[in-house]
Amino acid sequence: MSFAREAGRAVRSTLVLWVLTAILYPLVMVAVGQLVFPFQANGSLITNAQGQPVGSALIGQPFTSDRYFNSRPSTTSYSTADPQADAAGVLKTGVSGASNLAPSNPALLERIQGKSDLDPEKAIEGDIPRLRKASVEPSADLIYSSGSSLDPHITPASARAQITRVAQARRLQPDQLEALITQNTDGRFLGIFGEPGVNVLKLNLALDVLKPFSP
Amino acid sequence: MLQGWMQIALTLLIVVAITPWFGNYMARVFQDHSTLLDPVLNPVERFLYALSGVRAREDMTGWQYARAILYSNLVMAVFIFTVFMLQGLLPFNPTGIGAPTWDLALHTAISFVTNTNQQHYSGETAFSYFSQFAALGFMMFTSAATGIAVSMAFIRGLTGRPLGNFYSDLTRSITRVLLPISIAGAVILMAAGIPETLAGPAVVPTLEDPAIRQAIARGPVAHYEIIKELGENGGGFFAINSAHPFENPNGFTNLIEIVALLSVPTALIYTYGIFANSLKQAWLVYGMVMAIFVGFIIITAIGEYQGNPAVNTLLGGQQPNLEGKEIRFGWAQSALFAVATTGTMCGAVNALHDSFMPNGGFVTLSNLFLQIVWGGQGTGTAYLFTYLILAVFVTGLMVGRTPEFLGRKIEKREVVLASFLLLLVHPIAILIPSAITLAVPDVSGISNPGFHGLSQVVYEYASAAANNGSGFEGLGDATPWWNLTASFSLLVGRYVPIIGLLLLADSLSRKQVVPMTSGTLRTDTRLFTGVTAGVILILGALTFFPVLALGPIAEAFQIAKGIG
Repeated sequence: MSFAREAGRAVRSTLVLWVLTAILYPLVMVAVGQLVFPFQANGSLITNAQGQPVGSALIGQPFTSDRYFNSRPSTTSYSTADPQADAAGVLKTGVSGASNLAPSNPALLERIQGKSDLDPEKAIEGDIPRLRKASVEPSADLIYSSGSSLDPHITPASARAQITRVAQARRLQPDQLEALITQNTDGRFLGIFGEPGVNVLKLNLALDVLKPFSP
Repeated sequence: MLQGWMQIALTLLIVVAITPWFGNYMARVFQDHSTLLDPVLNPVERFLYALSGVRAREDMTGWQYARAILYSNLVMAVFIFTVFMLQGLLPFNPTGIGAPTWDLALHTAISFVTNTNQQHYSGETAFSYFSQFAALGFMMFTSAATGIAVSMAFIRGLTGRPLGNFYSDLTRSITRVLLPISIAGAVILMAAGIPETLAGPAVVPTLEDPAIRQAIARGPVAHYEIIKELGENGGGFFAINSAHPFENPNGFTNLIEIVALLSVPTALIYTYGIFANSLKQAWLVYGMVMAIFVGFIIITAIGEYQGNPAVNTLLGGQQPNLEGKEIRFGWAQSALFAVATTGTMCGAVNALHDSFMPNGGFVTLSNLFLQIVWGGQGTGTAYLFTYLILAVFVTGLMVGRTPEFLGRKIEKREVVLASFLLLLVHPIAILIPSAITLAVPDVSGISNPGFHGLSQVVYEYASAAANNGSGFEGLGDATPWWNLTASFSLLVGRYVPIIGLLLLADSLSRKQVVPMTSGTLRTDTRLFTGVTAGVILILGALTFFPVLALGPIAEAFQIAKGIG
């Protein structure tokens, strides 16, 4: 077969399959998503009473203060930035990422247990000292950084370990918080696949509804 | 712990349950038997063939088939490279992303046309929605379909049939296998929470401090996600792939993704059984691969479950290693996903392999070296039966008989091709560039010190050469050096074996069938399957054992001794 004929057939097949799989298929799926599943298709956005989006039901947010249940360590601070100082352009596109630290990397241990240094720039607070200072018992999920840096969950045990602290800051009864945790726990699929996790953003939104924070 | 093992066992049971049904369906499709979708698809395919000028019933020789693959893949690669370089001018670019560097665009084009999906970029910041769905998503169909086509030509040749027509196999793989399942899967994934929108990122004030904003990246993800797994492509829409809550939001989507990425290579073994009229042999081979697979899962899962001893000391008790893992998957689903994705050459990740314990590093690297623990889309199945041919030759030598496989004599040409494919090409494409990269100063981009750094470099080339695409992602690989040298491994690891496999199939299909006698060495026995497993582990793994010893095995000893 001649070169021209073979090349022509390759070009024509490429174009035909391109229209089918790369134009028709995606655009039809976008239409289905927007018409049939508008909530999920647009990112499961949670809105406040005024209808403004305040986050996604599937994406975590940074929480480090005493008045909220704290989320996991994140290498991108949950794709957040100060709009006044966003040199890296995080808010332009959104980001995800992980530490990619090997278990044998000394930097992993330094991050977890902290490192003192005469130069305060080089000192590392450490995840375990940070949690101990907040009187939260350290657990694997609160010291290891997540895969996506956007993990919406902490384990139910780690949520319960924070009850005392949050109850004190908010002047609430611990059993009220216990109930909120149960309500905001996503279970395993069919009770079998995956691991249960407490959705920290939804939990903290429910917390604000229950009793807005007053210092 | 028991609950974790049960999740893994049930997932594998689902895969096994689907195999006969799906394998039978693919056999019917590629033997031109009637199937349920015929009334819709026959006219569609006739229309597609007419538009592209394909004569679907025209059988090709091995060389013609290989040339058709090379021509079409070259056209596709040039096409998507052009899309990348022009993406700043093209539509569906809500975040205003400009053209990537030429070397990144080249590496990405080669990586996606070869079904590898190795990514030296972050999806959020490097490619527009148009580049993602119209270029990368396009390759997810065609490269996977190319793999299925190769396996079909190979199986036809092995069983004495004409090899078929590449364009017909390519089209039918898409219209009858990949596209219908993707449409159903995309709808299911959307219902389960995966976005499918052309709107740009949502920027919201954070709850704790409204002065700080969060950017929630979105996009047309669901339709992309399902073909990413089903076609064993593995290139994430977002930087962090299936660990991202928008690519894999819960235990249900995770189950769908794992089953999807295992479904085609497992079923193709059954399809072979139908073509060869020997389901017994197919199940024996299936059982052998499953045994290796389960062993690998156990090794990996135990490492993650037991966690990092140095950190456990600080915590005052044993806890799983959750660095780079998501809560909703935990140690069990993360370990299962890692072994499945490296075994099948999918390359999607739901947890970061760089942060796995050395057990996981050992297994994921071994999967990339062996290439048959289910193996790449189509090509893995072909490698598996090439190993059977080598095992026939080895046992034939031991007992002093002429080796035969399915009644066809295995002679010099076949053994040369088979051993060249399995024993030479892969090590050349991995070890030589690894050695050069480690020897040249300042190019390696290693981010983790010590033995793990060696693993990072070897993993990157192994992933490229095996057309897997996962990585030890700490590696600083967004450089011209990595883009160009990895492109070499990608091309050699894809096209040299494909040409070899087609020539091998061609030469087997032309042989006279020798009648089976009492003296024939039967290949559908447990003994022979056991010997094949030995051949795979000895020939396939020994080549790479020094690397495993210097990488993950040494790292395991280092951790056992105490980091410091």
